[in-house]
Amino acid sequence: MMLLPCPWCGPRTATEFRFVGEARPRPDPATATPEQWRHYLYVHANPCGWSTETWYHRAGCRRYLSVERHTLTHEIRAVRDAATGTTAEAAP
Amino acid sequence: MSLLPTPRRTRATDRADAERLPPRAGEVIDRRRTVGFRWNGTPYTGHPGDTIVSALAAAGERVFSRSYKYHRPRGLLTASYLDPGCVVQVGDEPNVRGAHRLLAEGMDVRSQNTWPSLRFDVRAVNGLASRFLATGFYYKTFIKPEVLWPAYEKVLRTFVHAGEVPPDSAPGVYDKRYAHPDVVVAGGGPAGMAAAVAAARSGATVMLVEEEHQLGGHLRWGGPAELARLAELRAQVAAEPAIEVLTDAVVGARFDDNGIPIVARGVPGIDERLVKARAGVLVVAPGLVERPYVFAGNDLPGVVLSTAVRRLVNLHAVRPGRRAVVLSANPEGDAAVGDLESAGVEVAEVVDARRGESVRAAHGRSGLRVVELGDGRRVEADLLVTAVGWTAPTSLLNQSGDRPVYEPRAARFVPDPTRMPENVLAAGGIVGDGDVDALVEHADAVGREAARRAGRSASAAVAVPALPVADHPELFSAGTGGFVDFSEDVSAKDITTAAAEGYDSVELVKRYTTATMGPAQGKLETVNTVAVLAAATGRTIAETGTTTWRPMWAPVTLGALAGRSHEPVRYSPMQPWHERHGAVPLIAGQWIRPEHYGDPAGEVTAVRTGVGIIDVTPLGKLDLRGPDVASLLDLLYVNRWSTLGVGKVRYGVMCAEDGVVMDDGVTGRLGEDHYLMSTTSSGAATVWEWVENWLQTAHPEWRVHVTPVTTAYASTNIAGPRSRELLGRLTDVDLDPERFGYMQVRTGRVAGVDGCVLWRIGFTGELSYEVHVPAGYGLHVWEQLMAAGADLGVRPFGVEAQRVLRLEKGHAIVGQDTDGLTQGFSAGLDGLIKLDKDDFVGLPELRWQRERDTAPRLVGLRPLDGMVVPPEASQILDRAGGIAGRVTSSRMSPTLGRSIGLAQLDRELAEVGTRVTIRLPDGRDVTAEVTSPVHVDPEGARLRV
Repeated sequence: MMLLPCPWCGPRTATEFRFVGEARPRPDPATATPEQWRHYLYVHANPCGWSTETWYHRAGCRRYLSVERHTLTHEIRAVRDAATGTTAEAAP
Repeated sequence: MSLLPTPRRTRATDRADAERLPPRAGEVIDRRRTVGFRWNGTPYTGHPGDTIVSALAAAGERVFSRSYKYHRPRGLLTASYLDPGCVVQVGDEPNVRGAHRLLAEGMDVRSQNTWPSLRFDVRAVNGLASRFLATGFYYKTFIKPEVLWPAYEKVLRTFVHAGEVPPDSAPGVYDKRYAHPDVVVAGGGPAGMAAAVAAARSGATVMLVEEEHQLGGHLRWGGPAELARLAELRAQVAAEPAIEVLTDAVVGARFDDNGIPIVARGVPGIDERLVKARAGVLVVAPGLVERPYVFAGNDLPGVVLSTAVRRLVNLHAVRPGRRAVVLSANPEGDAAVGDLESAGVEVAEVVDARRGESVRAAHGRSGLRVVELGDGRRVEADLLVTAVGWTAPTSLLNQSGDRPVYEPRAARFVPDPTRMPENVLAAGGIVGDGDVDALVEHADAVGREAARRAGRSASAAVAVPALPVADHPELFSAGTGGFVDFSEDVSAKDITTAAAEGYDSVELVKRYTTATMGPAQGKLETVNTVAVLAAATGRTIAETGTTTWRPMWAPVTLGALAGRSHEPVRYSPMQPWHERHGAVPLIAGQWIRPEHYGDPAGEVTAVRTGVGIIDVTPLGKLDLRGPDVASLLDLLYVNRWSTLGVGKVRYGVMCAEDGVVMDDGVTGRLGEDHYLMSTTSSGAATVWEWVENWLQTAHPEWRVHVTPVTTAYASTNIAGPRSRELLGRLTDVDLDPERFGYMQVRTGRVAGVDGCVLWRIGFTGELSYEVHVPAGYGLHVWEQLMAAGADLGVRPFGVEAQRVLRLEKGHAIVGQDTDGLTQGFSAGLDGLIKLDKDDFVGLPELRWQRERDTAPRLVGLRPLDGMVVPPEASQILDRAGGIAGRVTSSRMSPTLGRSIGLAQLDRELAEVGTRVTIRLPDGRDVTAEVTSPVHVDPEGARLRV
């Protein structure tokens, strides 16, 4: 039930969003070994602490957001549009 | 000779108001009117404003339930929402709080789980219960032998203390509301009211939530000074339009960022409403809960709390007994003595705990008869009033991250102000003690500070005055036994036994004995449990600690959580026609669509021999525009798209990054930078999010704009050898096969409607055109097709015929012929997957799947006996009798006159011509031959006419 500050829509309840997952770089499909690729698919760091995640504002602006969230306290210190990098301060 | 009067046995009509007092200054009943109701079948009356139990008490009733395990008679204890002995069945609603629910005309109130009657409960006297239900009986009893579990269940069920929901219960009306007040105040006593007024005056919107039916808290049962103060505070609340008052409502919990569920009753026409509030600041002001005293016989009807007496006398004008003993350790207990005397109750003895006096035990059978004092004297009484202290109900603070600390001087837990988050404040008795002026002054400052923290006032931080806690003797247990948890029938002995058995942590004791796990959610029981455990283990209360106060504050009905049913249903614009023509509806996700029109086999034959039309509006559709659409399609589909020319359509399959087939569909290129993508009906929303995900997170530099147009178009597939002839009568698009070939797309006018998209594709295996028309004209175009094709014998066909047609053609359905583990090369896509592309989603996994070449294959199946149709999901056996696969699709083919199927089958058995054994659900085995998936027209000649 935490609030997530969407750069476009303002603070919204987390149920408006879909949690996509931890942001993880996609290995180069031409050179990735099975180990590297499955690490990308299945292994999550799941830290107790700060985590950079992707959230999708499904019931709002339908933008994918990059969110820095503390997994223990649910504190959120940075949210930006995943494509444009727009933050709440810069959004119109 | 007893000093107590013999209870009168009277006719029902005499029972009303037998114990009703003359009018009281603060009473909440309306004596001018009466309300009729039934109690265990007998008619009673009360007044508007009465609770169920106050009306029964006014009629002289003293026993309202039988206890959970031992079936002991139970009466009033708290006369409030929490009262564990007053849970009753009202009509078809079980577990109603009888000391809280207001009386209503015609209520059918019954005691719960008493057999044969409340007065004579067989299970209480036969001693069965205490033998079976020892401490930790969940873990000791009914474990072995396992064969007796059904019998144990039967025995336990007759003991379960709960009401019943008859199967023919009328459905209730529940709903939800969202609210965004600046401040939520939990508790409408003097502190809550003052805080709400101060916050509102500082510019905040306020939701003031009170569990009871009126604002006022303990002021309601006070003397003239308190009642005057109550009137003043209520007037102040009423004068603030920014305050919304919710009575008969509870703040259920405090979640992150002040997400606050409030369950409200008493909304007209609605049983319960769940208000999902998001508050700037939460002010926690629930007051204090009076704590029962633990001693032998403390659950007898007639043993009550001082606040219960004060409520009964002053709010409901009910005389709670005839002859009372009062055990008092505080001024509120002393005030109860005054109330009793004013109500004409003989106060036989005041036992002052502050002078070291005590009560040892209460004696009686179905009610209190004798009180045994600490000095050994025995006093006849039908009422024993205890005032031994208070519990701070700190749930909402604990849920906010606070860790209240035990203050032995005051004999209660107090909040730790250093651990409260910024957006939570506390006011009133939960913080400290004082007269009304002190509570109001403190709460006023809290309210102003709440408005400031909610951003509604620009003032500097408000200095909140201290509210010190008053000294109070520590008084928990007389050490003579008795009950710690009335709801769960947990005795002091159960706690000490648990400690002796090694369960010496409070969290373990809670789970082992179930103490604090009943409907009062620990507010009456937790501190006594901790105190008895502390005594048993030789530790202090602070060292012992408390259990976790979890949501919800009070039990919540499933109806309140579920709310109204908001299940969206989607229909195509052609639905009225389908309904008029006998379509059998099929629920497909959110869509309701025709399964068939009465004769699916005939519909198949019509398509194979003439022409049929099917409503395919639910197909997902995405309009894609921009110079980089081809790059996007190349990334998301396993096949190649950069080579698709304008005017062409292509079938594509999407896999996820693990190579598992995700969705499929046809995409057409309408213009240089303009494409129309179709998806499966159920995948429409998922694919849209998938496309946006890749565009926004992986390739924000691509210029592609995506618009979902699923319901902007109504879609009809016209299929069959005569489909060209039919469509040609209604369109200006040139259908000549030389100029509009297989897998091409055109735009134009159909039945007078401009802006239609025509795809020449072949899911059914026949010559066919899929026509997407602006949705508002869907019904018109459908009706025109039916009219124009009458002489051609055009027939509508449904999803069932389409499934058969595509099965005859060997086209897989994602999610039916594949599952959550089916990678691309197991879905018959060998020719489609372009492993030589630089990249696409899932490429590495598909490359490795191909290299391993061990995965199951999608194959065709034909039972040797063509009349046997193996049910879908039938297992296919390998030669050793193990499972080698399963039938994924299976039908009788009207075209071939025999059964056909598709199957997922182990690699070793997947060669065409192999004979396999299918085990039917009834255990019979049939033999089938593996074939190509394409059963009809493998060359595709029928498509290219």
